[in-house]
Amino acid sequence: MNDLTLMSKNLWRKPVRTILLIVSIMIAFLIFSTMVSFNYAISNFNTLPTRMVTLSKINFTESLPIAHYDRILRTEGVAAATHMNWFGGYYQDPARGFLPVFAVDPETYFQVYSEDLQIPAAQRDAFFSERTAMLAAEPVAERFGWRIGQRIPLNSNIFTNATTGGRVWEFTLVGTIPTPPGSSQSGSVLINYEYFNETITFGRDRIGWVPFLTTSATVNEQVANAIDQRFANSADETSTQDEATFNASFAAQLGNIGLVVTLVVGAAFIAILLIVGTTMALAVRERTKEVGVMKTLGFSSGRVLRMVLGESMLLSFIGAGLGVGVAAGLLTLLSSAGGGQGPPISFAPIVLLWSSLIALALGAVTGLAPAMSAYRMKIIDAFARR
Amino acid sequence: MTDLIRLTDVEKSYTRGKEKIKIFDKLSMRIEQGDFVAMMGPSGSGKTTLLNLLGGTDKADKGTIEFDGKRIDNLSEGKLTAWRSTNVGFIFQFYNLMPILTAAQNVELPLLLTKLAPAKRRANVATALKIVGLEDRSKHRPREMSGGQQQRVAIARAIVSDPKLLLCDEPTGDLDRTTADEILSTLQVLNRDLGKTIIMVTHDAEAAKFAKRTLHLDKGHFNEQELAA
Repeated sequence: MNDLTLMSKNLWRKPVRTILLIVSIMIAFLIFSTMVSFNYAISNFNTLPTRMVTLSKINFTESLPIAHYDRILRTEGVAAATHMNWFGGYYQDPARGFLPVFAVDPETYFQVYSEDLQIPAAQRDAFFSERTAMLAAEPVAERFGWRIGQRIPLNSNIFTNATTGGRVWEFTLVGTIPTPPGSSQSGSVLINYEYFNETITFGRDRIGWVPFLTTSATVNEQVANAIDQRFANSADETSTQDEATFNASFAAQLGNIGLVVTLVVGAAFIAILLIVGTTMALAVRERTKEVGVMKTLGFSSGRVLRMVLGESMLLSFIGAGLGVGVAAGLLTLLSSAGGGQGPPISFAPIVLLWSSLIALALGAVTGLAPAMSAYRMKIIDAFARR
Repeated sequence: MTDLIRLTDVEKSYTRGKEKIKIFDKLSMRIEQGDFVAMMGPSGSGKTTLLNLLGGTDKADKGTIEFDGKRIDNLSEGKLTAWRSTNVGFIFQFYNLMPILTAAQNVELPLLLTKLAPAKRRANVATALKIVGLEDRSKHRPREMSGGQQQRVAIARAIVSDPKLLLCDEPTGDLDRTTADEILSTLQVLNRDLGKTIIMVTHDAEAAKFAKRTLHLDKGHFNEQELAA
């Protein structure tokens, strides 16, 4: 037997109460872990310091004329540029979730995103040469059971196909893109801009945004100013930003996840703090005489304080561990079942660090008052109290 | 015999509301090593307060308390706690065992304050339980034992760290006569065979007969004749 045994036995003195407390702490950490992982997933794509994006000054849903692309490409300090359009697609049934389908200029797109497009040369060449070719992130292809060479009908909920009058375009899957964690291509489906542009009924010769590489990160600001000044006072003013800022603003379209995390988790933890704090105080009060006995036997006040504090830490860390563990399991399941719909949400390792710190703080805050009460308790008062 | 405990001009009072209640006024006494003293007296006479002062769980306002030739009344809280863990064993009326621990674990509790290895601790626990005749109940929790058995466990806990002094506050107050006599016989054995000095507070004249001598305390003063004997 040692102090840890004593703490553990005290903790499990009333198993139902302890289990309920652990479950409530677990739920708080489950919410926390899931939301932080989600926030991490939507805001942590691979970025290059030299990669920037020009989009409409109004917002990213406003298109730009294709002429902008050529002008941006010729701007001093721009090493390579490409352009992208949002297709707004889904496969067969919108209930199966939207697909982030982008109409891109294949060759330049591969220049600008080369680090995340490591696919076999034959697949790449097919995408470059076939107008109806399509590339899909591997999880997307797995989710829908697509095979290379298969004809895939994709629906757009924005555009109409001028050749059929319907909203369906048919593409041939010519390759799949591996998407390790953080890949900028996560969940993406790429189609050929030329084919898309020729078959849409409106918005021809317009592009969504222009990702480009600068010759050096040191010229980013200069390049951004040059581009935006060039289009200032035109019908299509631009806003040029680095890729990290663009991703963050894109993520913000889904809602201010950071604020949601803070509010929801904050509310959950305040509730838990009150519940656990009150229960711990009650638990120590119930053991007043035992604290007196321990001090009589020779346990110092400091040691009694450490044991009460340790008990609340133990409770906090068990709950946190279970919450983080369940979240990791659920996110792994979701990640494998999600099939690339949206960003790949997997358990973010940063959660472990934050959870440990929060569990430590939770244990300290909830245990401090009862621990101090036990510390200050005089032996004769402990035995006198009923 | 040498004195184990010596109290000189001890004063102690409590404040209850605005009222100051004097418990002891210049109380002096000596208890020799190996003595077995029963302390009797009406409620409020100061028996338990004296026990608290002797055990270092309460402090005197004035006067000196010596244990084995060394003053304990001027020790800091921390030093007094350490002194208590090695020199005094406590036996309470209501046993005060930890309900979450087995008999053996309850007995082991004071040994957590020592640097003994776990194996040595277990051996000492087994010896203490054997002395009180409960070696076969080591894995039982307090609620699975009778009052007499629980008090035996409490005695084993009190003697496991081999203290010189045992302070017993109504140790048989919650037991039937037969069981009480068994407990008192055990205390006699500890006093006679192991040389423990025992001070036992009791209201029970039958229990007091097991002691070597009885001191009557009334309004904070001992019977002078008994004290001189």
